[in-house]
Amino acid sequence: MKLKVCDLSFGYNGKAILEDISLEVGRGQTISLVGPNGAGKSTLIKCIDRILKPQKGAVFIDGNEAALLNAKDFSKVMGYVPQSTKDVFPYTVFDIVLMGRRPHIGWRVTKKDIRIVAQTLRFMGIEEFAERYFDELSGGEKQKIAMARALAQEPQILLLDEPTSNLDIRHQLEVMKIVRQLVQGGKISAIMAMHDLNLASRFSDKIVMLKDHRIYEIGDPKSVLISENIENVYGVKSEVIIDKSGRPYVMPLDPI
Amino acid sequence: MSDDFFGYDFKDEEEDLESEETYARLTWKKTFLITALLALVFLCAVVAIAVGAASSFGPLEALNAILFKFLPVEEPSAFAQLIVLQLRLPRIIMALITGISLGVAGSVMQGVLRNPLVSPYTLGLSSGAACGAAVAIVLGVGVFGAGRYIIIVNAFIFSLLTMALVYGISRMRGTSVETLILAGVAMSYLFSAIISSLKYVSGNEALREIVFWLMGGLYTTKWENVILLAPLVLIFTLLLMRYSWDLNAMSAGEEVASSLGINVNRIRIITLVLASVLTSSVIAFTGIIGFIGLVSPHVCRLLIGSDHRYLIPASGLMGALILLISDTACRTVIQPTEIPVGIVTSFVGVPFFLYLLIRRKRRWWQ
Repeated sequence: MKLKVCDLSFGYNGKAILEDISLEVGRGQTISLVGPNGAGKSTLIKCIDRILKPQKGAVFIDGNEAALLNAKDFSKVMGYVPQSTKDVFPYTVFDIVLMGRRPHIGWRVTKKDIRIVAQTLRFMGIEEFAERYFDELSGGEKQKIAMARALAQEPQILLLDEPTSNLDIRHQLEVMKIVRQLVQGGKISAIMAMHDLNLASRFSDKIVMLKDHRIYEIGDPKSVLISENIENVYGVKSEVIIDKSGRPYVMPLDPI
Repeated sequence: MSDDFFGYDFKDEEEDLESEETYARLTWKKTFLITALLALVFLCAVVAIAVGAASSFGPLEALNAILFKFLPVEEPSAFAQLIVLQLRLPRIIMALITGISLGVAGSVMQGVLRNPLVSPYTLGLSSGAACGAAVAIVLGVGVFGAGRYIIIVNAFIFSLLTMALVYGISRMRGTSVETLILAGVAMSYLFSAIISSLKYVSGNEALREIVFWLMGGLYTTKWENVILLAPLVLIFTLLLMRYSWDLNAMSAGEEVASSLGINVNRIRIITLVLASVLTSSVIAFTGIIGFIGLVSPHVCRLLIGSDHRYLIPASGLMGALILLISDTACRTVIQPTEIPVGIVTSFVGVPFFLYLLIRRKRRWWQ
């Protein structure tokens, strides 16, 4: 599954939020969108997932224009994990993950649906919570459940909107490792909006740096995460070290 | 993923079977509760038929009046037959229909707007209906001229217009749920003001009628009302249940629902329109019966969770149960007078609701 974004622009009441965004995501790749607040990371994720409708440009999935697919078929290709999930009403974890089967379900829940939900819970390591209520769980567990719901859709592309921003460091690493493990299976690609440059550096194949609604730089972590770019995009002086695995590690020093 | 899980083997026959059993068990629990509710409603209906203010015949004779229609039992007195078949029975069925429609509409409205405080009342539907009724009572004018049904038709149309207006106002600000609810609350205040002014200018007779309408009641029920409403309530309930999965997905938030392939705005307007027609048509006949639309879904969520496939029917039955018990109390507690049912639903329901709130630790309304 190959995803291509072509000249995508999005705005609100005449105010531009994204301008002329073009990028490609190959099969089995992890891509991180980075940039300061308001650069348009989350908006880009939502445009790709058709939650928002871009004014200009298009998204192509294996050469087919995404906007022309019917909603159900599209949701079998693309899974979305929101930044945080606020529950209003009591649902069990099993019920929440089962919602991810919505694109595949008519009315009756089949054995296959139940098995896929069970497998997903097992993969995420949260099968013990299946019968618990969502609001009894911690932030990290909730994030895993939201991911499990997206995976139950059996998507080929997983979109994650700042998946680690509300988590402690242990859960941050756990969630990122799950994404990496999924992508390494070779059947799914991931696009993440990320605040943490070092997590982005460690877990992505490609980094897209956004500034003022446009793409400032695209490339592998080593070529994008350099002091000069960080200074220009974030307005922060920093020192970048290359760690043992050859990935850049950013130490922010001072705002300019 | 039919053969593997994103390139990994997470198949485990034994655990898969176990999870199927878990799911079956959870489902069974919900089905059991619905069946139990159904049985309880039936039982209460039988009791409701048996009891009443008439002193010339007892409970057994009252039940015989119905059985006599189908079985060769001892013939009850003509008076008993009249009271039971023409007064009690239609009223009891009306209580069930009204309770179901309020419970179903309440659960759907809360679900689709993701807000536990939503009910036909908070969205302004009830006050719209009340205003329509008051206009008809005081000024004697209806949307469709004058006639026997002028109050009912007026209440129905005002109620639906309110929903359209509230939705229209929220549309102007990009259909946020908060605006919708606040617009509903604002409209309620406006209608209350109109009703107050109508009360102020109206004479004794009209004032009495408005007050009675506002308190809601089932005492005017006739068979023709039941025959008109029963199929309507059944059809609309089934139509709304068709959207259970969409409502489930929408409780995860608009964005997630949309990523699950749901056209959020379309589902929202369809379900709100269906739920509004459902409640409006019933409260046009009964007057304002508050509280049931708000509390039935909550009670059921505490009992079986929020899966709308089960919640909608359970909430409808819970509404029927609460209203039937309340209405039976209304006509039996202080014989031979009647208490308006709107008062009783609150007295019966509020303590029960508060008990559930305090006893249960789960707090989903924050």
